[in-house]
Amino acid sequence: MANKKKGQTQVCVYPDWCKGCGICVAFCPSKVLELSALGKAEPVREEDCINCGFCELHCPDFAISIRPREIGAACPTFPSGPPSNGEAC
Amino acid sequence: MATIRKKRKKVEVFAQGNEAIAEGALLAGCSFFGGYPITPSTEIMEIMSQRLPGSEDGVFIQMEDEIASMGAIIGASLAGRKAMTATSGPGFSLMQEHIGYACMVEAPLVVVNVMRGGPSTGLPTSPAQGDVQMARWGTHGDHSIIVLSASTVQECLEMTVVAFNMAEKYRTPVVLLVDEVTAHTREKITIPHAEDLEILSRVVPSVPPEWFKPYAEATRAVPAMAPIGSGYRTHVTGLTHDTMGFPTSRPDEVNDAMKRLFRKIDQFYGDIMMVDEFMCEDAEVAVVAYGSVARSAHYAVEQARERGVKAGLLTLKTLYPFARPAVEKLCRKCRHVLVPEMNMGQISREVKRVNNGLTRVRTLNRVDGQIITPSEILKAIL
Amino acid sequence: MADVTQLIHDYLRHNKKFPHVFCPGCGHGIVLGSLIRSVHALQLPKDDVVIVAGIGCSGRMAVYVDFNTVHTTHGRALTFATGIKMANPRLKVICVMGDGDALSIGGNHLIHAARRNIGITALVLNNMIYGMTGGQCSPATPQGNNTMTTPNGSLEQPFDTVELVSAAGANYVARGTSFHAQQLDRLITDAIQHPGFSVVEALSPCPTQYGRKNKFKGAVPMYEWLKKNTVKLENRKENDPRIPVGVFRNLDRPGLEERYADLKAQIRAKGQGR
Ligand SMILES: Cc1ncc(C[n+]2csc(CCOP(=O)(O)OP(=O)(O)O)c2C)c(N)n1
Ligand code: SF4
Ligand code: SF4
Ligand code: SF4
Ligand SMILES: [Mg+2]
Repeated sequence: MANKKKGQTQVCVYPDWCKGCGICVAFCPSKVLELSALGKAEPVREEDCINCGFCELHCPDFAISIRPREIGAACPTFPSGPPSNGEAC
Repeated sequence: MATIRKKRKKVEVFAQGNEAIAEGALLAGCSFFGGYPITPSTEIMEIMSQRLPGSEDGVFIQMEDEIASMGAIIGASLAGRKAMTATSGPGFSLMQEHIGYACMVEAPLVVVNVMRGGPSTGLPTSPAQGDVQMARWGTHGDHSIIVLSASTVQECLEMTVVAFNMAEKYRTPVVLLVDEVTAHTREKITIPHAEDLEILSRVVPSVPPEWFKPYAEATRAVPAMAPIGSGYRTHVTGLTHDTMGFPTSRPDEVNDAMKRLFRKIDQFYGDIMMVDEFMCEDAEVAVVAYGSVARSAHYAVEQARERGVKAGLLTLKTLYPFARPAVEKLCRKCRHVLVPEMNMGQISREVKRVNNGLTRVRTLNRVDGQIITPSEILKAIL
Repeated sequence: MADVTQLIHDYLRHNKKFPHVFCPGCGHGIVLGSLIRSVHALQLPKDDVVIVAGIGCSGRMAVYVDFNTVHTTHGRALTFATGIKMANPRLKVICVMGDGDALSIGGNHLIHAARRNIGITALVLNNMIYGMTGGQCSPATPQGNNTMTTPNGSLEQPFDTVELVSAAGANYVARGTSFHAQQLDRLITDAIQHPGFSVVEALSPCPTQYGRKNKFKGAVPMYEWLKKNTVKLENRKENDPRIPVGVFRNLDRPGLEERYADLKAQIRAKGQGR
């Protein structure tokens, strides 16, 4: 899986679901992600992503999606965020 | 409910109470039994182990304990089966947490408790009626439940059918209490033909899955029940839930959910409450009894009548919800009401509560593992 | 890789409140992902999958997934699952339990489900602690560790889930971790497919309760610990102190429900049935 060419993927983080645990930040082999001042993961070096898939598989909150890059396209997984009507559970 | 409509192809056999219970369960459509052996109920389990595997879809499983037995029959009930277990005091104690779960998720099922002397291991082979209050209030939390009783072998069969019908109709666990004497007495009974019995089954959803609200308010306050695997993909939980079945702690939703659990049983009181009245019309002294004690009482009342005492007997077939109107009627007109029980006073508490000063309520209690004899009751009546 | 998260979203109940209740970095969320991917890999219809969960943080999983879900009582999930499986053997019944759930209060049910070798998949989410009730000692807490009820270190020896259920008779026994999600996917997929009783123990960090009491600074060091302290069963040398992960037992004996169906067929063929 590793070492696909760099720069071909889009790293989408859905901030509403990210709890800032830092797993993706710590274990990304290319150090693509960092925690923002708000405590949410943020792709800061997206072009370094090697599409290894680790972050997507290990995000406990399903808040990251790795997609083939289409310049300017909205994240296909979370165009406007995953649907949730905020009902109590 | 479960009345024999026409006499057809009936079979007469010599059977004990436990056999009659198993027979009744099979007639009622029970196709799942999970249990753990315990005297004096074991024969029910043994018969089910012989009969169910050979039947069309019957499942018998011996579980590792009574907690597991209850878990298994709740699971089977959720998967669409008519399910039951049978036990005695120590096992019934272990079942309590899951009885509450069954109340909460509204799983129809039948628990037979053949009562023996307690507390603890007590008197394993002797009769008692010490589990009456536990059957009503054994599980934690406020809840409503149906508790039935049988006093003859024939009634063991009939009340088992009634228990299944009520469980299915009201989506609730139903406890059938019998005592060791009734369970082990052998006498001639009539086994009705299945087609002559009214057999009820739970209502299944008539709307497609996307419209289905598994715990919504419904006719009779009993929602339809979708068996697991039928395409409805519901969530079942012991947490207090909303009409969709998902956990909630919103006071309005909790209130609605809890009140419906009570209402679904309370408002059909007249249908659920079953009693037998014997010589009650002109009675001046009345006996309120259930289980094998009611048989002794019957004999005692006959003898009292022979001696010119206007005695009557009210036999409770439904213990809970308590037969308030029938008992109150007697309290209003009788000089005194006698409640003989093989415990230190469990139904007599209910009778006293209903009586509320109307007349004198006397108790006759025995906890030595012996039955209450007709002469003891007669003495107390005269 | 691209569709991994999208796929998960296809199996979530989106009318539930997300993000889910698990704490930041809780391994249970990762196991939930593995479970969903496994069901998807096997192309099981949602209608045929039953998740039976116990009580604990782990049990909270059931509410989020769009299968038939039953949230049962503490420790007893396997008893309900047994009833469901025997009542309708066509269903794929998957039990989700915590370590306290499965090994302590439900220990008896676990060994008996294994002994019966009933066709149920049991996921034991082992965070070595009682997460939900605030971090008390569990039967999987390593000796010497601190919890709310072992302030001086636990004196008791923990259970080894794998050895326990193997000895009790389970067909398929595996151990994975939430750090090795790809392997965990494979293990759970295998387990669901397997006849008879299959158990996957997933080591699943609890940063909030276990981590804080045992000097882990946040979730990440706990995953680093898992990385360092586990070894693939195939690569394990003698006296390696690391925790082995992989498939420990892989038998093909028929499950209880299959044996029951055979018995039924035999009885009915002989015409003994009434
Ligand atoms: C009969 C009963 N006893 C105790 C509890 C309280 N309780 C709830 S969850 C839990 C322990 C949970 O620990 P574990 O099973 O390891 O799950 P985790 O939260 O760690 O995932 C306990 C003791 C309960 N709900 N029911
Ligand atoms: S792993 Fe997920 S929840 Fe944790 S920081 Fe990254 S995106 Fe956020
Ligand atoms: S897929 Fe995720 S973990 Fe892998 S390189 Fe890209 S951002 Fe980093
Ligand atoms: S308490 Fe522990 S197990 Fe429970 S959700 Fe938080 S991290 Fe997970
Ligand atoms: Mg735990």
